[in-house]
Amino acid sequence: MSSRKVTFMGKLRVSEKNLGYFLVIPALAVVAVMAFWPTLAAFWMSLHDISLIFRTNRFIGLENFKTMAGDPAFRNALHNTVYFTAISVALETLLGLVMALVMNGAFKGRGAVRASVLVPWAIPTVVTSTMWKWIFNTDYGLFNFLLKRFHVISSYLNWLGDGKLAMGCAIMADVWKTTPFIALILLAGLQTISHDLYEAAMIDGANWWQRFTRIMLPLLLPIGLVAVLLRTLDAFRVFALIFVLTGGGPADATEVLSTYTYKVLFSTSNFGYGSALAVSMFVSVALISLVFLNFIRLVTRSS
Amino acid sequence: MMITGPSMIPSIPSIRSRNMQNWLSRGAFYLLVILIVLGCVGPFAWQIITSIKPARELTTLPPILPSQVTVEHYIRVFERPFGKYIMNSVIVASATTIFCLVVGSFAAYALGRLRMKGKMIILSMVLAVSMFPEIAIVSPLYVVMRNLKLLNTYPALIFPYTTFAMPLTLWILTSFFREIPAELEEAAKIDGCSPLQAFWKVILPIAAPGMFTTAILVFIAAWNEFLFALTFTKTIQAQTIPVGIAMLPTMYHVPWGSIAAASVIVTIPLIILVLVFQRRIISGLTAGAVKG
Repeated sequence: MSSRKVTFMGKLRVSEKNLGYFLVIPALAVVAVMAFWPTLAAFWMSLHDISLIFRTNRFIGLENFKTMAGDPAFRNALHNTVYFTAISVALETLLGLVMALVMNGAFKGRGAVRASVLVPWAIPTVVTSTMWKWIFNTDYGLFNFLLKRFHVISSYLNWLGDGKLAMGCAIMADVWKTTPFIALILLAGLQTISHDLYEAAMIDGANWWQRFTRIMLPLLLPIGLVAVLLRTLDAFRVFALIFVLTGGGPADATEVLSTYTYKVLFSTSNFGYGSALAVSMFVSVALISLVFLNFIRLVTRSS
Repeated sequence: MMITGPSMIPSIPSIRSRNMQNWLSRGAFYLLVILIVLGCVGPFAWQIITSIKPARELTTLPPILPSQVTVEHYIRVFERPFGKYIMNSVIVASATTIFCLVVGSFAAYALGRLRMKGKMIILSMVLAVSMFPEIAIVSPLYVVMRNLKLLNTYPALIFPYTTFAMPLTLWILTSFFREIPAELEEAAKIDGCSPLQAFWKVILPIAAPGMFTTAILVFIAAWNEFLFALTFTKTIQAQTIPVGIAMLPTMYHVPWGSIAAASVIVTIPLIILVLVFQRRIISGLTAGAVKG
């Protein structure tokens, strides 16, 4: 197709292909400078001992990664991140599926339900955190008040101050904020499934459970996996939600990789080790994506 | 479908039992609807209630509803330099949106409509970038901006924001451009338009709704961003509202009323956007994923 010449700016004659590259380059340059370069730079910095306070910058090879392997705080943060990600994404997927099925039904006020579902999605994460912090407040929080009113608890609990409860609170806030995203994507997937399929199954005598498991779930699987992948990556790099809700506390009970990295970078000004932590996150995210994408490819090929 | 009403339930011999089942499933269904709406809107409604409660009623429960409505918390919020935070947020989010849309629409047009090699590679690369953890690029960007004396300025936020805003723009816009029927472009070319003219005179006007959707999504993403704003701005010169709200509590005192009022002020514009452009936002959100 390179023979197709087009006139550009009335003078220059370029092929359509070249015009394409010409139009793409500015956007790609932005991405390269703002995303690719800093990623490579972070890799390079992770091989150095850099302190912004003492103005040191010394090449130390893989020393930072050795430190990381023996750092209990890193292990704690990694454990918390995996725990947070696994539980919240699992809950979000289940609840999201229920929400999508409900919104897919034909009923009065469907538009209002969809609008209300978008509310948690649109609210800034920082507001989500301050909001839940207030709800979880020990003495004046709505959560304690309602739970005691309905006799679920006998005395007020210190939700965010108790190491055993704080992570659950963070997960609850995240589930509230991001389930709508999964629900809307699953809903879009549901709407692409033809009604004829259900009708054919009904004529063949399939009950709703069979229709659900044999038609809907398999057809929903590819797009569902994409939604789960996007959410997994988002949950794995969670920062604002936890930073504002608990600050990683109490006693590091909710410290995740992003908040720990942030503290190493900006509280101790240890930019070498902080970059090594950042690189470990980058590598984890890349691995998660690769595993998921291969899985999605397998699923879509087999169906 | 699980419980989506009568038409989806397989026929049952006895009419009486079918009616009974319809009634039950209908009831369960609407209960679920109410739970979903309450669950989504309730927590924020509590924030609104908190923001209009007199200060002394904040530290007692019950009552759930305020005995009288007050605007004292809103007044207190604006006693702080809150207007400056709002202005910063408006400037940063608008500039990010405009920059990404201008630069991104050319690229998305090429990726969506022109014949060229490597489209998939470019799009997957862009998608990969949108999955980068923000924290992973913070350290080098911080050092560079410190050396260039860019910290605490608007560009210190606008440029890093392109790392998530540009991939978002490219993916959504490309999928919108792709949907425009090729015949329109062919007709323009037969009439003697170059691809750029076709883009300018035919495609762009048709793509305007898609551009608008993209703009809303990018704007909301930039408006809500926290990590970069927290890292690259340390003074009120460029700090955005999320940072302003996060910094309201002091070591000894948490002004819950002011925080609630500030949250409401920040969120109301977004909720209006969402309510007015509900359909567009949903189509934009799912545009990439459905075809993905």
